[in-house]
Parts: sequence; C-alpha cells; structure tokens
Amino acid sequence: MDQAQPLLEVTGATVYFGADAAIEGVDFRMFPGEVHSLMGENGAGKSTLIKAITGVLHLDHGSLTLDGAPLRLHSPVDALHAGISTVYQEIELLPNVSVAENIFLGREPRRAGLIDAKEMRRRAHAVLADLGLTIDPASLLGSHSVAVQQLVAIARAISTEVRVLVLDEPTSSLDVDEVAELFRVIRELKQRGVAILFVSHFLDQVYEICDRVTVLRDGKFVGEYLTRELLRIDLVHKMLGHKETELKTRSRAPASGSGGDDPFLTARGLTTGKGIRDADVDVFEGRVLGVAGLLGSGRTELARAVTGVDHLHAGVIMIAGTDQAFTSPRRALTKGVAYSSENRRTEGIVAELSVLENIVLAVQADRGIWHRMKPARQRELAQSWVEALGIRPADLDRQAGTLSGGNQQKVLLARLLALAPRLLVLDEPTRGIDIGAKVEIQNLVSELADNGLSVIFISAELEEVLRVSDRVAVLRDGHIVDTLPAAEVTVDSVLALVARAGTDEGDE
Amino acid sequence: MTTIDVSPPPTPTRDSLATRYHTFMSRHASLMPTFAAIAILIAIFIGAQIYFGNFVTPRNISALLLDNAYLLILAVGMTFVIVTGGIDLSVGSVMAFTGIWLAKLLAGGTSALIAIPTIVLGGALIGLLIGVLVQYFDVQPFIASLAGLFLARGLAYVVSLASIKVENEAVLWLQSTRFKLGDWYITPTGILALLVVAVGAFVMQFTRFGRTIYAIGGNENSARLMGLNIARTKVAVYVISGVCAGLAGLVLTAYSGAGYPRNGIGTELDAIAAVVIGGTVLTGGRGYVLGSMVGVFVYGTINTVISFMGAEQSWTRIIVGLLLLVFIVVQRAIVARAERRR
Repeated sequence: MDQAQPLLEVTGATVYFGADAAIEGVDFRMFPGEVHSLMGENGAGKSTLIKAITGVLHLDHGSLTLDGAPLRLHSPVDALHAGISTVYQEIELLPNVSVAENIFLGREPRRAGLIDAKEMRRRAHAVLADLGLTIDPASLLGSHSVAVQQLVAIARAISTEVRVLVLDEPTSSLDVDEVAELFRVIRELKQRGVAILFVSHFLDQVYEICDRVTVLRDGKFVGEYLTRELLRIDLVHKMLGHKETELKTRSRAPASGSGGDDPFLTARGLTTGKGIRDADVDVFEGRVLGVAGLLGSGRTELARAVTGVDHLHAGVIMIAGTDQAFTSPRRALTKGVAYSSENRRTEGIVAELSVLENIVLAVQADRGIWHRMKPARQRELAQSWVEALGIRPADLDRQAGTLSGGNQQKVLLARLLALAPRLLVLDEPTRGIDIGAKVEIQNLVSELADNGLSVIFISAELEEVLRVSDRVAVLRDGHIVDTLPAAEVTVDSVLALVARAGTDEGDE
Repeated sequence: MTTIDVSPPPTPTRDSLATRYHTFMSRHASLMPTFAAIAILIAIFIGAQIYFGNFVTPRNISALLLDNAYLLILAVGMTFVIVTGGIDLSVGSVMAFTGIWLAKLLAGGTSALIAIPTIVLGGALIGLLIGVLVQYFDVQPFIASLAGLFLARGLAYVVSLASIKVENEAVLWLQSTRFKLGDWYITPTGILALLVVAVGAFVMQFTRFGRTIYAIGGNENSARLMGLNIARTKVAVYVISGVCAGLAGLVLTAYSGAGYPRNGIGTELDAIAAVVIGGTVLTGGRGYVLGSMVGVFVYGTINTVISFMGAEQSWTRIIVGLLLLVFIVVQRAIVARAERRR
C-alpha cells in the first residue's frame, strides 16, 4: 500500500502512569516529506505519545525505529541528536536571554572556544528571515509577544539538521497571518523531506496542511487514515467514539421547549480574552443546558465566562432579569451560581482533607471564620449529603483523595450543593470516572433539575450531553452556533454542526 | 560592536533616538537594576563629598577595594549561584575555615605554594558537596548550603579554637605590598579580587558554560529540553562559589594577618546583599558579575560613610537592609512587567 519506507515508526507503544496505561499498543508512522496529524480528545494519549517520540518519556512496551534502525531515546538530547526536534505546546524557551541565544543555545557558533556572538546573530537573522520574521536577534526573547516567541521556538527547531519535526499545538497562540506563514514554512520543510507531526485541535488547519491522520481514543489506537480520504464527520466520530454500551435513559422525559418559564440566567454577547466570542446563553429554571463542542471550541471557557472566573470583554449576564457584574466566582456564588471545574484534582478536591472537611469547606468559607459551624452540625450536614448522593464508602473521616474518581466528584457536588445554589455549572463532571459512576452522576443531575436546580452540563461525550440535557448549545471556535432542544437532535446531527468547516460567519 | 539591526540606520532625529532607546531596552532591560546601583553609588559619593569635603580621595577609593576584596570575591561566586536560581549560604563559614586552615598550615611550616592550593581545593570540595546534594539528591539549595555552613564552621573550630597569627612572608606580602600611582594604590589582594571579577564576568558572558547558567536561571526545564548540560553546570556553580570562598579565606587571612575561626559570621548575607543590590535577581536568570562588583562598592561605601560620621556600625546594616528592600521591590516590578508583556 505504501510505497515509501516510514522514517519514524512506533509499534505497540505502551506507557504506564502507575497502574493506568496512558497509551496502550499504539502504532504510529511518519513518512519523509509528509505532514501527519495526531488527533484525539483530551486524555486520548496524544501528549504521551509525543513525549515518547521526543525522549521525554520511556516506552514501557513497544519499539521505536528511525530509518528502519531501532532507536533508544534516554533523554530529549538523544532525540535532538537523532534529528527529532520539538516545539512544545507551552513555549519552552528562555525569556531572559536573547532571541539569537534561544535559537542557538547549546550549539552556538564559537571562535577559539568562545561564543561568536556576531556570527550567532547573523545566523539567527537568516533563520528568522526564513520564517518571515524581522526582529532584532539581540533583543531579549521576553520583550516579544507570545506569537513571536512561538515562531522563535520553531526557528530553533528548524535551524538544526531536522529530520522529524514535532509541532505540538503550535498555532494556538498565532493569528491568521502567522498561521499562514507557519504553513508556508511547513510546506517548505516538506519539500526538504522532513517528516512533520502536526498536532492541532483546529480541524480546518488539520485538513489544510496534513496528509495523514492517526486517531487515538482513551489511549488506544483507532486508526491511520489519509486526510483526503477521511471525511471530517468520520474523523470526529472516530475521535469521540460511539459507545455501544448504552445505559438506561434518563428517568424523566426532556421537557419540550422552554415551556414558558422565564430563564434563570440570560447571557448576551459574552466575549472574553480566552476565546469566547459573542455567545448567548439561556438557562431555564429546573432545566439542564448541555454544552457540546470539540476540544478547544471553548467549552470550559464558556463555563468560566458565565461564572465570573474569566473577565468579560463584552456582553451582559442577567439573573432573573437583573443585570449582574460577576467580577469573581465568589460574587457569582452569592447570586446562586456555582462552578465545578474540570480539573477535579487540582481545582476541586482537597485530597489530604477528609470527606467531611471537603463537603463543609465551601459552606464554612461562606460563613466566614467568625461563624464556625459546630462540629455536630458539620457532621449532620455532611452526613445528609453523603446519603443523598450515595457517596461510598459512607465514611466521613476518610481522606477524600483515597476515594474513587466518581465518589470524589460526588463530594465536590455535595460541597457546591451545600451552598444551595440555583445554577450549577458542571465542567466535565464525568471525566475519568468509570461507567457505573458516570450513570449515577448523570441521574443525579437529572434529579437535581427535577427539584428545580438549573444546570449547565459540559462534557466531551456527546451521548452523555444529549442524555442529560433538555437543550444543547453547540460550540465551535468559541461561538455558540446553535442551541437546540435535546429531543430534536441526534449524535450525528450535533456532530455535523460541530465538524462543519469553520466559516461560521459566512454560512449563517 | 556591529550588529545586524533591522531598525533604520541612526540619523540624528528624535525618531531615531526613540528607536535606539527601544532597541536598547529590548536588548538590555535586565541591565536597569545595575544602572540603578551605579547611580546610587555615584549619589553616595557626591553626597559624602559635599558633606565631608574630603571623601572622594584616591586614598579612600583605594582603601575601598582593599577593605572589601574578600567580599568582592565571595560576591562573584555568589553571582554564579544566584543566576542559576540557587543560593549559597556556606561561603562565610567556608571563608573562615579555609582562612584558619591556611594560618594553621603556614604555622606548621608548610610552604605557601602548597598551603594556598590546598585550602582553595578544600573550599571547592565543600562546594562540590553542596552542588551534588542540590543536583543529585534534589535538596533545596538553601538547605544544602546551610548544611555546608555548619560543616565548614565546625571544621574551622576543629582546626583551631583560637586565632592563629600568620608570619609567612608570601602571604603577608599579598597585603602589605602597595603598588602606587600618585596617591592611588592597589595591593596584590586587590589585584586578585579584580582578576576574579574579570574572569567571572568573562566566563558568564562569553562561554557556553556561562550562557547555560543564564538558561538554567531562565527556566531549568526548558534548558533541559534544549539539550543543555544542566547537571554539570549546576554542580559547577557551587564548586566555583566554593573556590571563591577559599580565595576569600586567603585574602581575609592576609588582610587581618591572622586566621580566626569566628571570622565571617553572616558574611554570606553581606555577599548576597551586595549581589542583589548590584542587580542580580534572586529568582535567577538575570544578573551580572560587574553589577555585583558595583553592589560590593555600594556596600563598602556605606560602611565608610558611617565610620566617617562616627556613627554606630549597626547603621550600615540598617541602610543596607533598606537598600535591599528597595532593590527587591524594583526587581519585582521589572519581572512583573516582563511577565505582563508575555
């Protein structure tokens, strides 16, 4: 099928983090003069595979070959020597030294053992000019914008004898013109026979520049396809997956329409610096609004905009008809809007504290330190939530960090519910928890809504969003393209909306 | 120095001045604290000259270098360490240990040619120990060098509990010889200190090793991903600091004509203060050896001014403390500004 010999080949790659496999049995090939994209949702194992290729992580099983010869990478330096250059997602450069040094550190031109600064600047100037960048090579890197710094990182990568170039989300901080410039450089490198791995969650960019796509899901290899033979919708299907293990459907029928209720929260024209553009949101009392979209479409950013975590550049938020200015999550909380972050471990649960302490935390913070709750009252409160949500084991004094993911999530829910919120914004509440716990959380959300709580439910899994929600807001590139009643859509019709080419201004 | 510059060739217009200013700032923003230190030094000189009338004399300035030679050497080593983002608290004790050990060796009849390399090597070994602890055992530099501090102080007491007078000709020569030019003079210890400064500044600016030090201070993880040799460099800066402490022991012993195990208690903090006043950022990545020299002179001049006034020497500490406070706030502002621009 493939006439050419792959330049870099990974077979059966498996990496364990503790007992869990981050990737398992993944195959991956890169051909000279070809741009290959690695696609998958968060946690699919893209970064792990990239780290294995660039020598940051070691493979527990599987092998790596370069030009048919086995390749053992012990460090990023080995990868560099083998001709594998990487531009990482977060800029991994040094703001405190000059642009030229950032490009040549470790292989500066030298004269009589000393760094030849003049020659280094001259060469840096040439490499940068290649990228269409005319900045002073002697200036400090930190004096430039993030986009320029990103291009300098790319300049560093291509200034070596590069054979394999790994670009991990290089475009996330670039504007349209800069992306075009980068693509021009990528095409030029292709001509030179460099094998390029291009990771981006912008489908348009993937389809514009990539020849081949490998899809990962949940750490497993899904398939390798030629981009021109793979429809966008199929790609999205493969990334998100269709879980056939269908669960019992929600106990209540989705309310049809908005039923004449007044919205609890109305947002108009939300725009933030994190990429939300002109988003309109209506959340009705006792209803669940699902948010669907690909990674990078602004799911989390929307939640943060609504709950006062991110600063609004434009737009208004109204609660029960009155204007609100949420300058902080705390202000939002006083109006009954509670936010549960997607990063359960880092922004949610306090692993060292007990279940009791975790649940009581927010209520106590709300009361202030002068109004300490009596220990008996604390226990009573926590106990009632542990029972109501079915937290297991029902041991109030157990360390929260030792609970399973699903039960940690319930503890977090209990903490927020103890504040008696009126709108709960749940960002990926079911990520990384097992299927049974997922169903429990989903049912819990339905129950809460039945009891009059409004919910914004964000998840990467479309089936789940459709199952839980009354209405679904579809996000693409930070913009809500449509909000539809859940009863009237299917996974496929939402996928079609999600995957449509991103010319949304034009086709509406 | 010619450079490739994308800005238009300078013409004597206001626009060009603005461009030049911009180019300069984008290249050398991290020099600003050092310039501030120079400005303060000049201000103190001018103020003291007006107040006392006879302050800025060749004699006084020559004495400034002579009296602070050991501190200058310590500050150079400290600059290497702090630019990587580390700290070395051991240098005061190491200086005391090497100083008393030198006095003891010389008193025992060892030739200076053997004794001096021996004690410098001793300083290097303590530095090596700290560096290995920091790099390979992942101990905080603060803790590792604190261990070095106690170890060296203990060793100093093991060598001798009392002061030992130095009668060795060669070592006394280092101090007593004055090369004169009019009213100006310099001692071999002063020459040694300036030599250390010159070598230090040169290494940090023009060698791959020196640039790796800045890279580590900028972002150690990035530097590692760039394929730089982190481990070797990090150990080496502590060894350099140890060598400098050994040399400072030699200079101090020559200066005071005796070794004394209680020398240099708190001197590590004076060295750190001088380095910070000279414009080196405690979090690493920014700083200059020449700046540290300015810092030492600021410190030394304040000392001299206080003794000219006949005031309590504790005022030196208070003023240096205040200056330190100001400088740390200024640095914080500069770093915060840089972060905002990213």
